[in-house]
Order: sequence, then C-alpha cells, then structure tokens
Amino acid sequence: MSNEEVYSYKTPSSQLVQIAEIASRYKGRPEMLMKVVIQTQKIVTAFSASVAAVIAREMDIPQTQVYSFITFYAMLSVKPRGKYIIRMCKSAPCHVKGAKEIVRALEDLLHIKMGETTEDKRFTLEYCPCLGICEQSPAIMINDRTYVNLTPESVREVVRCYIRDEVE
Amino acid sequence: MIHLTIDGEPIEVKEGTTILEAAKLLNVHIPTLCHHEDQAVKAVCRICVVEVEGQRLLPAACSTPVTEGMVVKTASPKVIKARKNIMELILARHPQDCLVCSKNGSCELQKVAKDLNMNRPNRYEMQVRDARFDNSSPSIVRDMSKCILCNRCVEACSQKQGVMVMAKENRGFDTVVVPPYGKLLADTSCVNCGQCIQVCPVGALSVHDDTERIYEQIDAGKYMTVQIAPSVRITLAESLGYKPGTVTTGKIVHALRKIGFHKVFDSDFTADLTIMEEGTEFLHRMQNHGTLPLITSCCPAWVKYCETYGYDQLDHLSTAKSPQQMFGAVIKTFFAEKEKIDPKDICSVSVMPCTAKKFECRRKEFHDSGFQDVDISITVVELAKMIRTAGIHFEDLEDQEFDAPFGLGSGAGQIFGSTGGVMEAALRTVYEVLTGETLEKLEFMQVRGLEGIREASLTIKGQEIRVAIVHGLKNVEGILEQIKAGTSPYHFIEVMACEGGCIGGGGNAPKTMAKVRERQRAIYEEDQKLPIRKSHENIYVQKLYEEYLGEPLSEKSHKLLHTTYHSRRDLLR
Amino acid sequence: MEEKRVLLRNRGKIDPENAREYIAAGGYEGLKRALNMNGEEIIKELEHAGLRGRGGAGFPTYRKLQFAYGAPGDVKYIVCNADEGEPGTNKDRILLSSDPCSIFEGMAIAGKAVNAHVGFIYLRAEYSYLVPILEAALKTSREANMLGENIQGSGFDFDIKLRSGAGAYVCGEETALFESIEGKRGEPRFRPPFPGIKGLFGKPTVLNNVETLANISVIFQNGWEWFRTLGTENSPGTKLFTVCGNVKRRGVFEFPMGINLKDLIYEVCGGMEEGHELLAVQTGGASGAIINASQIDMTLDIDQVSNSGGRLGCGTILVMDDRNCIIDIVRNNLDFFRGESCGKCTPCREGGTRLYQLITKISQGKGSVKDIDTIQDLAETMRLTALCGLGHSTAVPVLSSIQNFYSCYLRHIDKDYCPVCSEEGE
Repeated sequence: MSNEEVYSYKTPSSQLVQIAEIASRYKGRPEMLMKVVIQTQKIVTAFSASVAAVIAREMDIPQTQVYSFITFYAMLSVKPRGKYIIRMCKSAPCHVKGAKEIVRALEDLLHIKMGETTEDKRFTLEYCPCLGICEQSPAIMINDRTYVNLTPESVREVVRCYIRDEVE
Repeated sequence: MIHLTIDGEPIEVKEGTTILEAAKLLNVHIPTLCHHEDQAVKAVCRICVVEVEGQRLLPAACSTPVTEGMVVKTASPKVIKARKNIMELILARHPQDCLVCSKNGSCELQKVAKDLNMNRPNRYEMQVRDARFDNSSPSIVRDMSKCILCNRCVEACSQKQGVMVMAKENRGFDTVVVPPYGKLLADTSCVNCGQCIQVCPVGALSVHDDTERIYEQIDAGKYMTVQIAPSVRITLAESLGYKPGTVTTGKIVHALRKIGFHKVFDSDFTADLTIMEEGTEFLHRMQNHGTLPLITSCCPAWVKYCETYGYDQLDHLSTAKSPQQMFGAVIKTFFAEKEKIDPKDICSVSVMPCTAKKFECRRKEFHDSGFQDVDISITVVELAKMIRTAGIHFEDLEDQEFDAPFGLGSGAGQIFGSTGGVMEAALRTVYEVLTGETLEKLEFMQVRGLEGIREASLTIKGQEIRVAIVHGLKNVEGILEQIKAGTSPYHFIEVMACEGGCIGGGGNAPKTMAKVRERQRAIYEEDQKLPIRKSHENIYVQKLYEEYLGEPLSEKSHKLLHTTYHSRRDLLR
Repeated sequence: MEEKRVLLRNRGKIDPENAREYIAAGGYEGLKRALNMNGEEIIKELEHAGLRGRGGAGFPTYRKLQFAYGAPGDVKYIVCNADEGEPGTNKDRILLSSDPCSIFEGMAIAGKAVNAHVGFIYLRAEYSYLVPILEAALKTSREANMLGENIQGSGFDFDIKLRSGAGAYVCGEETALFESIEGKRGEPRFRPPFPGIKGLFGKPTVLNNVETLANISVIFQNGWEWFRTLGTENSPGTKLFTVCGNVKRRGVFEFPMGINLKDLIYEVCGGMEEGHELLAVQTGGASGAIINASQIDMTLDIDQVSNSGGRLGCGTILVMDDRNCIIDIVRNNLDFFRGESCGKCTPCREGGTRLYQLITKISQGKGSVKDIDTIQDLAETMRLTALCGLGHSTAVPVLSSIQNFYSCYLRHIDKDYCPVCSEEGE
C-alpha cells in the first residue's frame, strides 16, 4: 500500500459525527484516550487522519498525540483494514503446535498473505502476540472471538462461516 | 547530605542529586546523548550507564539519584564495553556521511563516538532508520535517517511550545519521530520556531540553508543590502567559538562587507520604527476604545501560532510589521528611490537569530514594495558558516560602522532581542509621549527576567496600564484563553515564541538557559552603552517620517509598515 | 498427583458474575476481617504470610504496600495488572473468568491497607471478551456493598474501574501500564521514583498481578498461619502453572510452591506425546530460560528456579519435544521481543532486532561462531543497560539456550540441514 493510500482514505462524515459525540464526552481528559479509541474502533476499523483530527479536536489534545498513540498499540491501526480481523497467535506455544499450517490454510483460503486485506475489504490477516489461550493452542482471534485447538480443516470451517455471513 | 565515591574520589552532595550531576561536580565527564540540561530527564539513550558497586545492572547516570555510601565507577572496562556496544547499535542506523552533514563538527553523536574511540568495524548490517527527507519547510529541514530518538525535539515542541508537530510513530525498531499521517512539515501547524533544531543532538533537524542563494545573487550582480537583527551581534560570536554574550557588532559589519554586501544596515533602526508604529497604535487603541489587549506581532512564529490556534483573536495582534519586514519595505521603496536604484536590482537580505523569519519573508502579504520585500533571510548559524567559508579571520577583523541612513538604532531597538525588550522599548516611548515628560529611569525592571509569564502594572498620567510578557508558546495558551473569555486583565502583551526571546531563537547556536542568561546580560549592557536609548529619539527615524512617511499610522505608513493576518485553523484538520 | 485448589477453589462451581455466590462460598470474609484492621496490621499479616508477587519478579507483596503506606499523599491507587502478556500464560484469564470477586477482594484489602479508594484493573485487549463478566461481577459486588461507599458500614470507600489495553506486551511492565492508563503510549518510565512513591497519575500506587491479589484474599480469609502451611519456606502458598506445548495434557494447574518440574510434566501432564522425546523446557514464558531434558529435575519455587539461572516468573511451562529446534524457538522468542519492544531505549529497540537478525542468519546456515559471540555480547549489554525488564529479559532465552544447547548452535553453523529451520525460511 502506498503512503497515499494509507493516509488519504476517507471516513464517512456520519461516522465522524458519531466519533465526535464519543470524544466530546472526554474533553480535557487526555487519560481517557484509550477508552475513546476503543469505542471508536467499534465504528471504524481504522483511524484515518480525519478520525484522529476529530478525536483531537473534541478531546482538546494535539492530533499528533492521537496518531502517536494509535501507532503504538498493535490492535489499533491507521491503515484501512477488513471488517473481520483474523489474528494468528505468533508465540511459541502456538508455534510448536503447528501454527504455520494454520497460517497456510488461512492464506490459501482467503488468497492473501499475512498482513494483507482481501479485495472485498472483508478480511484482514494479522499476526499477533500470545492470545493467552496456550493450553488450547494453536489459536486465532477473529475480532473479539477466539477459536482454539485448531487444525487446518477446522480453521477453514471457521472462516467459511464468516465468509457465508453465518456469524453474528 | 549524601556521601559517595565516584571513581575513587569521595564527594558530598545534596539528596536528590543524580550520579551525572555529582560526577560533574568532580569534573568527571560521563557521555550523554538524550540528556539536555534544560529538559526533563529521559534516560533513553543509555550511553551514560555507570557501574555501581553491589548492583547487578548498569544504571543510567542521568536518572539515578545518589544514595549514601554509593561507590560509582564511571569508566570501568565493563562500562566502556557496554557504551561501545550501545554506540555500535546507534551507528548501525545512522548514515556515516558526517563530512557533508550540516552538523559536522557540532554533532553530539559525532563527539561521543569519537570519545568512545569506535575504531572497529560495525558488526551489524547498516539499516538507516527512515529515509524520508523533508525540506518542505522554508525554515527547518528534517532528515530522519539521522534521528537517534532522543525525544528532545518532541519535548521542545510539545512542552515548551505547546504545538506538538512531531511525535513518535510506531514502536520498537520501526519507531520514528514524524508529523502525523505522513504530512510534510510545511503542511502542519509547525510555527517554524526552530526550537527543535536547538535541541537536536544530530543532523536530523537543521536550519534550511539559504546561503547558496546569497552567493547566486551576488554573482548575478545584484545590489546587496543586509540588515542584522538586534540579537545577532550578541549571539553570532558563539557560533564561531566565543563565550556566550560576546558582542561583536563591528566585526560582523566588516565580515558582511567582505562577503559582498554593498550596504550593511541595522534592524535596530526598524525596531525603533516598529515602536513608533506599534506604540502609536497602542495609544490609539487606548484612547479610542479599540480592541485590547494589543499583542505584539514582531515574532513570526507567534503570529503563525496565533493564526492557527487563536484564529478568532487576530484583531488583538498589532498590525505593525516586524522590524525585518519594515526594513524590507523601506529598502525597496524609500531607499531605492533615494539611491536611484531599480528595486528589482536589489537583493534584500536579513540575518536573523530566527528560523521563522525565513517563513515570514515568504508570506504573500509582504510584497508592499511591488517585490518580495525581503528576498532572503539567513540565520546566525548560516552567517557563521559563510564567514568560515569565506576564510575570514573573525578574530582579527577591525570594527566597522553600519551604513547610513539605516545604521543607527537606539538602545530600545537593541533590547528587542530579549524577552521583555519590546515591551520595555514601547513603554519608554509611550510614557514620554503620554506625559510629555522625560523618563528619569529608563530601565523597567518589572518586565525583565526569564520567567515564562511576567506582569507589570504602571500608572502613566493617572491611567493604569497593565502589561504582560510571555515567552515559550506553551505559556501563551492561558493568555489566549483569557482573551477569548473576555477576562484578560491586560492592555498590552508582548509574546515571543522562543524561550529567552530572539536571543534564544532557533537560528542561533544551540542554547541552554544558562547561555541565554549571558546573552540577556550582554543585550542590556549594549543598551546602556548607546547614546540614544529611546526609539522616538532616533534622529534617522524622525527624518524618515519627515522625508517620506509623514507620521506614524499615516496612509503611507499603513501601506508600507502595517499588515494583515489570516486564519490558519485548517492546519489543525 | 492431586491438585491443591486454593485460588481455583471456585472454578466452575460458582457463577463468576454473581458476587452473592462468591460470598456464599466464603468470599469477601477476608475483606470483612481487613476492614477491622489498620494498615499496619494488614501489612504485617502479609509479611507473616510471606506472599511474593506472582507476576514474575517475586517481590514481597507486603513491601510494595509498605512503600505506598508510608508515602505522603491523600490520593493513592491500587492497580491490578491483568495485562497477562507473557507467551504461554493463561492463569490470570482463568482467575478473571472464573472468580473475579477474589481479585476485587484482594484489591479492596490492599486499598484498606494503604488508604486508597480507587482501584484500576488494566485488562489486556486480547481479553476484551471478559469485560462483561468483570462488569457484572463489579456490579453485584457493589450491590452486596463489598465495593463502593462505606463498605459493610466500616466507613471505608473503595471502588474499581476497568481499563483496557490495545495490544502491547510491554504494558505488563508496571510503569508502562501506568502510562497506558494515563492515555499515553505504553512506554516504561525510569526508576526511581518507584510506583509506591510516584506511580499512576504521579500518586503512590500499589500494583499487583491478578494471582497475587487473589492470594491476598485467601490469606485474609484463612490467616497467614494457614497460608504458610502451603508451599515452601521462601515461597509460601500455591502457584498456578500454565503447561503448554508438546505434553499430553495441557492446562492451568494449581500446586503448592515447590512441586518438581519433572513430576509436573510427567505425572500431571502425562509426559510427551506418543513417539516423542523431551527436548527442552522454557519456564516463565518467552522471558524465561530454556533448559534441556537433563535439567528438569528442579523444584519450582521462586528462589530455586532463579538459582538455577532461570525464573519461575508467572509459572509458565512450555514443553518442547524432539520435533522442535532450539534455534527456531529462540528465533520465535526474539521475533516476539523485537515486535514488542516499545522503542524507547536504545539497547532494546536496536538490540532486539539485531539479535533476531543474527539468530535468523544462524538458522539459515549462514552463521559463524563469531555471530554467537556477537549474540552473547549484545544480549549481555541489553541485560545490563536496557531501561526496563523487557530489554533485560530478551537476553534470557538467548543466553540460556547458548549455554544449554551449544551443540545445536554449532550444528547450524556447520550447515547441517535442519528440517525445522529450513521450513521456517524468512
């Protein structure tokens, strides 16, 4: 993705209005930035420049501060992502239990590589550090749901449910 | 008191002293990179690690307070090995093109690396941090490949200036310091103050170099005029290795002539002119219920700040141009006419302690002569480089005088270079104009000093005038809020963006507040030496009004010496 | 071997969202007792109990409370570190999801000890699905007047706020966690000042791990004498162990401190999967030492693991069988650390990635003995000079693996084909 694409994508103004409403509740309370971005993330999958500017304006903090914060945390993104973010645990307990086969199955099924988003903007594949479900590794997380004890077959089945929109 | 030994020498220091500070008292030098004496302790570069008896790890000297009975070794083999290993990591990300770097010779990393004797091949593959190069700003060049992530610039910009143009992006190995969302510096709310350059230990942030353009203009046969700002004579010598506060006015004039300028003028002259216009504007507003408080407008970084963050309060800004721009307008009109030179053949240069002046002279408003009024603005640091490039032995230069008619400035114009100086200069004139009496004591000590916000109240002819002096833009936030809320108690406010005023400006050699104190002492001493110390007594200023402008706030003055402002709130989107 | 369920006593037996059920099972009795004690008495009780932190460092809990107790200031905070990020660790998730009130109780007792009235639970983003459980449990605890104003008529107020992370291992470091709660990048602060004096929002703060707080509850419910009957002299109490990797039976198990590692692997977890042999064990997560099969006859308590060069840490046991390659595992560890370094200090920001590059070179058969020397030299510098624990512990798996599996390194350098590493590629 070029810089241009990363930074110039637009967020619909209806969403900006919702975000402004959330952020305005915490005007002058910079310590609530985490709460604001987590709630914002329920509305948008990524923080465009206009989203950061709205949060900054409403909370009365510099936009740069919002940007710097977002780029620090792995689960927040300034780059556009899919509706479903599939996070593959990259840590040793999953690694020793066949994580790479799961990765292969995911990449083959969605025709994208780790770190990429499908063309229809529905799925993003990401690595993440330990999900804390190591006694049932390998594990993945799709948005905030976890799936454990995976095999290539079972992970394909899980993702197919999302493809077919069978998950609420 | 705490007792400890450092490298075998006992010392007694106050509780709360750091190992670094204690070592300094013993003249033990511990290398540092992120540490800056006027900033918060960061403890991130880790180059200052030392060995403390009984401790498993090597603590950072800058952040570790001394404890009773502590035994510190600042240069044991273990310490030196660790420092070299850390330096090796830094150098593996830092381009080694020192010979062509703007900070060559003044780079803190270069010095520490040299002291550490890094005479072995680097064991890691060279991976430059970030290749993005940004010279979009007329004032500041960012070369993030050289950044060592000391975080000093972020602190200067956010904590001192309240702007926060740049901050860390990403984390770990990918961390860089950038404006958000890939923006170029020119497209941000950066006020061009250059305080980030002042604290940058390496060549990551440097002054936008305009010296080549001057040579081009000389080569093109232009009629070269130059003005030097009040603080340049105070700070230039420091860039050439002199002690802070060494005043070298006559040598600078001489050096500028040697470089190729036909006329060397003194911005102190237009500082006086500024006082005439701004002081008159103030009296006018006082007497006619105009918008108050009036805020000074000679600092271009402050003006851009106000246009961005105080975009709805712009009518408080004095419409008087800064001394640089008044000079620019007068040279290409009055002077050109008088000397019968076509203004298009004039190249008007300014030497400023300031990076924002480069931005100011490019503002579209400043074409009142029909041309860009000031063509090129260079900083003190650039002039020092030109002096070296020209092979001038500064030390041996005979003093020379400024050229007439703009070579005379009053003490009032001289102190413009310090925080509080514009206010004091204005008060000297306002007092005498209002009362018709001669001031017995010219020094307004209440407005002097280095506190971030200073206030004073004077009664002149039964009328109370409340003034405030602010420096460091972070301090102006509250002042602007008061104005917005309509609760500002002041009539007249002086704002300068940089801590210390222009003598602490971003175009000088790197400052510390200790150096600024020396510079400030020198500037007030200069004032005392001058025969004329009030702007309205400057005979050449009087003559300019007689011959050309008429009187302050006349139509001609308005055209040439006043300006307008516009909102830049879009920069915050 | 029989588990000793103290902290997990309510697991699966009560509704975690309902404080009434926790109370019916004897919960909040410890808090009631503490409400009648003064700060010094509460701290004394913990000192007698000998409780040590369960998050990793094993610092005596009473001392943390003592610092904050003695610190001047009207506003103090209790913080629960629920940012369980150490790879291979699940125990806090089990506690949070099965018995959250026991954590609240521990926080309230700590609050009473130092006169703090506000507690924060910092929950990692990966556990966001636990938020509804915790919120419900907080609500029912308030309804039962075990939290909130004038708890049980004692005049003592204490309430708990939930805060969330957004994906950063380093936020498990206490000062980074404070920064994150304050709405900033989770970058650790230098110390001193220590959190007990100047912590969250610059106020005296007691930060404890989830499991430590649950231990405070049981100590006050049953008394320190009882607590001392569990575990070892220097590490009293039980410990939750997360066993993962290539064993037959994985899971979170509770045993008194002092259980033997070999027994845990073979007796409790059923040993290796069929047809495979034990290659290595990493105790304490990615920041723990990697030991070989001959070293596993080891007593698991805080000091004894430390004495053998590793760390018990959060009680994670990653078991690796002969299908794995140590170089590959260390590379995985380093990949983790380089990704999680906050980037604030030079040694960790730069060193983490350099170690990863060097081990990758070795895994690809392109390394030399000189590279091993560089790795050791750099890892040692990181251990000595990094700003926080993350940088220090990056060195641990590397240095221990070189010590315990040197031949494996040499084999890769001699370009012997390694089936595991060759498959990993770049």
